[in-house]
Amino acid sequence: MRRPWLLSHFRRRYGANPPHLAGHLVVLAIALFAIDRIANGGGLAELIALYIGFAIVHDLIFLPAYSGLDRAARAALARLPARRAASVPAINHIRAPAVISGLLLIIYSPFISGLADSSYFQVSGHHIEGYVRDWLLISAALFLGSALTYVVRVRRAAAKRGS
Amino acid sequence: MARKLSSPPAPGPFRPDFWRSPLRGPWLTSFLGTLLVPTITVIALTGFISHWAYHPELPGNATIDPAFDIPVLFQFPQSWPSWDYAVTQGTHVTLGLITLPLVLAKLWSVIPKLFKLPTIRNLAGLLERLSLLLLVGSVLVEFVTGILWMEDYYPLHLDFYAVHYYGAWVFGTAFVLHACVKLPTVRRAYRSRGVLKPLREGLQETKPEPPGSSELAPVNPAAPTISRRGLLAMVGGASLTIFAVQAGQSVGGPFRRLALMAPRGRVFGTGPNDFPVTHTAASAQVTRAMAGPDWRLTVAGARTISLSRQQLLAMAQSTETLTLSCTEGWSTTQRWTGVRLTDLASLVGARPGSILRAVSIETDWSTSLSHGQYGDERALLALRVNGADLSLDHGYPARVIVPGGIGSHNTKWVGELRFESA
Repeated sequence: MRRPWLLSHFRRRYGANPPHLAGHLVVLAIALFAIDRIANGGGLAELIALYIGFAIVHDLIFLPAYSGLDRAARAALARLPARRAASVPAINHIRAPAVISGLLLIIYSPFISGLADSSYFQVSGHHIEGYVRDWLLISAALFLGSALTYVVRVRRAAAKRGS
Repeated sequence: MARKLSSPPAPGPFRPDFWRSPLRGPWLTSFLGTLLVPTITVIALTGFISHWAYHPELPGNATIDPAFDIPVLFQFPQSWPSWDYAVTQGTHVTLGLITLPLVLAKLWSVIPKLFKLPTIRNLAGLLERLSLLLLVGSVLVEFVTGILWMEDYYPLHLDFYAVHYYGAWVFGTAFVLHACVKLPTVRRAYRSRGVLKPLREGLQETKPEPPGSSELAPVNPAAPTISRRGLLAMVGGASLTIFAVQAGQSVGGPFRRLALMAPRGRVFGTGPNDFPVTHTAASAQVTRAMAGPDWRLTVAGARTISLSRQQLLAMAQSTETLTLSCTEGWSTTQRWTGVRLTDLASLVGARPGSILRAVSIETDWSTSLSHGQYGDERALLALRVNGADLSLDHGYPARVIVPGGIGSHNTKWVGELRFESA
């Protein structure tokens, strides 16, 4: 009867099962090894800045920024005269194209901004051209498609109510 | 219970009632997490396949010091089609990109926890927070470095291979651990709400999960403005759009033009040499003079010979349709003509089982090919492509082209072919 006592004692002191501790120690060991390998030639500061920096940029800038934009869009829509009694919420027909267009902007920002131009020219022999235009066209198509779907949905909802 | 002691309420986002979305809760997070398991697995596997496709066991090929690496566990069998790496690396890059919306949605769904002021009661809680920090940090590092590399734009000082490869170890193990730790939570969420049942709920039926059920469910939920399936549809729509503007560069041919945003989605002409280049002659500092009439190819085995381009063209020529695929995820398939590498091997009496070291006239560039790679009947020292002489950017006067595997093994501007015992 020693074992269960030991186990429950461990649980009380540690807060979880022994495999929990083992798993976490493995992850931490690999992380320390990775940090040592990556920062081998110097650059520990940049590495730490990357890991913490990206988390901070995401949590404190990126997420609040898109949440704020979403709130602003909802507030702007709420101020519009509610003619169609909100049978279909318009917000999602703005959200969807905005989210997709925004993601494309983030992913392809080195090309859309032209920042990648000199390195791209070195590698490919061509300059970056037409990416801003294409991103704008794709975004316009997304918003247009979304607006058309909205009109169709509103009409359908109105017909349903009418019948 | 720590709350009782702290007198002033936590500020802004640290307050539990700050996060009001009625969609957040254990079911949504579990579902997003479940979707990530197969996609992350495939991205990780294709990533390792790419790492091993470099043939790091041969001299000069390793991107990571083999003394600090696991052994090679898989290499493409030579019997596979020449577009094997095009498929695995196209998958790695494209699937990685289309998983980004899913990752961001997952992070959105757990953001209240990231802001929760740490009330660490024991060592287990502390370790869990630490591993979550590593998980979030490493997933963002993997995606950002991967995307930058894919776009030939890498402003960081840290070595890409080291950051992305060892970062994958950190992310992979932290991901597996997280999945194990959260498995009971996922089970509970699916048992109480059904795996797919919430997907049948429209906006009218969308209700918040009970606040007691988990830290994720809002204590002060707002009225829903979108259903859970609406959110997932938005994530799926984003993934589909990224796929549409990206995937064509990995297929090439007529599909390349469809890849509107991809770095290699542009078509610059219809000439025999107008397919995409990696690493131009100018950037490699290879000049016309270096590749001119004075150029000679040294082939070394049991004996050493020197061949001019004319002499190479006078040898038996073979034509093969082979795919070049880059680590950046794009590919191109062309018709190459030149001398079989096996013919050159027998010409200098290369010992069976030798490796081939292809040295470029470009400063500091050489790669080692396994016997399987250069011994393939289709492996060429290409002199021409699509019926025309190679352009300088594509490796004139001669380049290696072997079927399958990683594009960077196809050394351009070859100056020396050395058949060496392994």
